[in-house]
Amino acid sequence: MNFPVSAETARWLAIPMGILFGVLLHRGGVANYNVIVNQFRFKDFTVLKIMFTAIIVGGIGVLLLKTTGHAQYHIKPANMLGVSIGAALFGVGMVLYGYCPGTGVAAMATGSIHATIGFAGMLVGGVLYALSFSWVEAHIQKVASLGKVRLPDVTGVPDWGWFAILAVIAGVIFWQLETRFKAAAR
Amino acid sequence: MKEPNTASGNGGTDAGAETKGRWNPYLVGLGIGVLSWIAFGLVNQPLGISTALSSVSSVCALPVLGGEGVAQNPYWIKNPLKWDGGMLFLVGTFLGSLLSVLVSRTFRLEKVPVTWSRQFGPSTARRFAAAFIGGIIIMYGARMAGGCTSGHGISGSLQLALSSWTFFLTMFVAGIVTALILFPKRGSTTK
Repeated sequence: MNFPVSAETARWLAIPMGILFGVLLHRGGVANYNVIVNQFRFKDFTVLKIMFTAIIVGGIGVLLLKTTGHAQYHIKPANMLGVSIGAALFGVGMVLYGYCPGTGVAAMATGSIHATIGFAGMLVGGVLYALSFSWVEAHIQKVASLGKVRLPDVTGVPDWGWFAILAVIAGVIFWQLETRFKAAAR
Repeated sequence: MKEPNTASGNGGTDAGAETKGRWNPYLVGLGIGVLSWIAFGLVNQPLGISTALSSVSSVCALPVLGGEGVAQNPYWIKNPLKWDGGMLFLVGTFLGSLLSVLVSRTFRLEKVPVTWSRQFGPSTARRFAAAFIGGIIIMYGARMAGGCTSGHGISGSLQLALSSWTFFLTMFVAGIVTALILFPKRGSTTK
């Protein structure tokens, strides 16, 4: 498949794209411990608002690009046991650390010293995973390994159906957050 | 970007200085969505952070394992440290946040955030220990799951990947349970 820019240009484009991502994370308020942790306490819904909007806007655009032959998918394999255990650990770590890997990196730049301490922890976590990689591959990643499947494949509901469902769910949640929930919080 | 300079109305329990310069979260989400179009349509690489970050950790392993040990590790053979798009994106994310914090004049050294100190007191050592351990757990989890909030949560979910929605929902439930345990006095600590 041909893309508008060469691989080398694409590599360097990653810098301005990363800068834009960092600006958006900071200005969105998610490079902030309180905002992240309070999402999991249902006291602040900034994380959910940003992620759901990004998923729906991004998803519809990428679907259009894909169906017109201008993009390809990059699906991560559904190794259900590994993804489930990893995600559970991730959730625990995210509340303890107060950031995720991307927002932690962004938070370091804002002056968060504990984000930097946790960044060192992330590097140690990376080392521990590399050391246990062979064992995890052999004993966990091969369990319930369904391959690079998508929700439309496993449910029969087409792509557009999924985005319609997601848009309705997001619309109801956002509407509730901006009206009733907000009024109750005041 | 021309997002209006509106501090999000319910952005955090601590209004004031912390919300200075914030943009509307829906517009920020829109911005990240549009950035994903560029990532898929132009550079053919979804937005992600943790793959590049885990390759950086090979440098930290050098003093312990030595060059030979790192070179022979099957994970780092598969995911070596290199200045690829993912690594440059990671560096860009740091630079972008730095640029934003300087322009909005919100740079502030923070050792113990307020939500933490309300529950666990002002001890710097305690907060640093939690952040360090949390960092270890989140990165180990990200690698086992095959991605983080960016690679799975946004890039994978927008492709409707089964793995990514499994990650998103499981991560959120685990986070909510952890928050219930760490911050049990729900609703009584603020205001």
